Amino acid sequence: MSNELPKNNAASSPGDPIVEIIEMHKWFDDFHVLKNINLTVHKGERIIICGPSGSGKSTLIRCINRLEEHQRGRIIVDGIELTNDLKNIEKIREEVGMVFQHFNLFPHLTILENLTLGPVWVRKTPKAEAEETAMFFLEKVHIADQARKYPGQLSGGQQQRVAIARSLCMKPKVMLFDEPTSALDPEMIKEVLDVMIDLAKEGMTMLVVSHEMGFAKSAAHRVLFMDDGEILEENTPVDFFENPQHERTKLFLSQILH
Amino acid sequence: MQEVRETTAMKPPVTRIGVLGWVRTNLFSSVFNSFLTVVIIYFLWKIVPGLIRWAFIDSSWTTTGAECRAAGGACWSVVTKNLRFIIFGFFPYEWQWRPLLAMIILFTLLIVSRNRSYWKKWLGYSWLIGLFVMGLLLRGGLFGLPPVESTKWSGLPLTLLLSVFGLTAAYPLGVLLALGRQSRMPAIKSLSVVYIETIRGVPLISLLFMSSVMFPLFLPEGITINNILRAQVAIIMFTAAYIAEVVRGGLQAISRGQYEAAESLGLNYPQKMRLIILPQALKIVIPPSVGILISAFKDTSLVVIIGLFDLLKTTQSTLSDPRWMGFSVEAYIFIALIYFTGCFSMSSYSRRLERELYRGN
Repeated sequence: MSNELPKNNAASSPGDPIVEIIEMHKWFDDFHVLKNINLTVHKGERIIICGPSGSGKSTLIRCINRLEEHQRGRIIVDGIELTNDLKNIEKIREEVGMVFQHFNLFPHLTILENLTLGPVWVRKTPKAEAEETAMFFLEKVHIADQARKYPGQLSGGQQQRVAIARSLCMKPKVMLFDEPTSALDPEMIKEVLDVMIDLAKEGMTMLVVSHEMGFAKSAAHRVLFMDDGEILEENTPVDFFENPQHERTKLFLSQILH
Repeated sequence: MQEVRETTAMKPPVTRIGVLGWVRTNLFSSVFNSFLTVVIIYFLWKIVPGLIRWAFIDSSWTTTGAECRAAGGACWSVVTKNLRFIIFGFFPYEWQWRPLLAMIILFTLLIVSRNRSYWKKWLGYSWLIGLFVMGLLLRGGLFGLPPVESTKWSGLPLTLLLSVFGLTAAYPLGVLLALGRQSRMPAIKSLSVVYIETIRGVPLISLLFMSSVMFPLFLPEGITINNILRAQVAIIMFTAAYIAEVVRGGLQAISRGQYEAAESLGLNYPQKMRLIILPQALKIVIPPSVGILISAFKDTSLVVIIGLFDLLKTTQSTLSDPRWMGFSVEAYIFIALIYFTGCFSMSSYSRRLERELYRGN
């Protein structure tokens, strides 16, 4: 495959752990959505999480930046444990970028303002510098010519690329992607995946909830399969698709690969 | 380069454009609509000429009341002859240029503030200076201006004072209450809910009564609070409760994703609200909030019941003068025009804001 990435750097000599999840449980009222999750993500590692809908995969990555609260176990991000301490939560969110299924750009701000908002208000970067960084990342996602427009004037694929650039402007240590391509029209999926593959090439630590098998094969180190709130299988992309171990993984793959 | 175009742009059929087209589509598009058009034209024919004759041709403009009665048409003299009392009420006659100047300053500031590109620091300072000068002009007591007791403030300046400050103070208070009602802190939340529901459950008149009659009973001996200030506070409290509920509706219209995107960037609560949520929520609720502001503006006339002489009351007093009795229609048309100007400016400005803030979504 032409854009196969070198993965052995992290696989053979893993970097320091950046996200550690230890015996974590989460409930929505009485409903046990996440059951005994253990996961360590190393710097530079790229992990794909897949599984049927309702399996808890989105909830899992949303726990990492505390958009969801966990009730048992520990989550440690960049050496800081997530507790109810608001200051810690905000500190972790500065370091963890998130890309949403529905982009969630701020519709009342221009593209450029969307990108500079975080750096200016959270990182206290001077405005001129923040704009320079913003333009750099807009170039990177091939959308610099739209900087003065509003999100409502852009296509879905363009909006998602802006959303990725918005996260990058915060210079995050980890990027979370919550089904980044599932709200897109088919012809726009590739432009977003290409941007994500570029990011992967630069060694960004990424956790991606997605069923994009092409992306998994070309950019991921590990694939996790979740069902019913548990991580059932963890494998390299090649083995995961060609030699799945778990019965439910086989069933799931047969359904999505037709 | 010469290129022959095969097709030329075609014009629409004559019956679709121009005056004829407009008449056809708007007045006679169906049998029923044609019937309505004819009926309405008939009534206009019956009413308008008589109205014009009364208001302009047979009207008197600068006569006495007795001459008016003889003339038979509209007696605009009731307005022109009593204009200074209707507008300025009991403010000392020779000093009435002071409230006039204060109103000119106010209108200038309001008109300048309409343009959003002027919303800079200097405009804020201009408002501060303007407020100080306006207060000085009304109160006096400095720079050789003789003091004028606030009990003498009346007419249009009083109406403007109550409404402009009532509305500008009520809006931010209402926003805070709306945020309070959404708060996760039980104390703040229940306080806001109790406030909003209590105030909304009470008519403005009873609030005004309470502020002017009951409230002084709770004050220690010898301390009195200005009657106008008390009415002002009642109007602010009342309007804020309504604004709060409208703003809450706007907050609920903002998707969860906007909150999450703001949070995932690391914004704290005040930043998230001020930069992301409120700008969108307040934009959505421009039409209903302006509705509330307009009705609050008109409701300021209820202060007559606690003895304040606002524009409506000075007009009524004029009409109780035997020389001018019986010309209430003319006088009320005049103040109706003043109120209409105020309400219509708010309404048209809100539409302009909506247009300017449109972001293609």
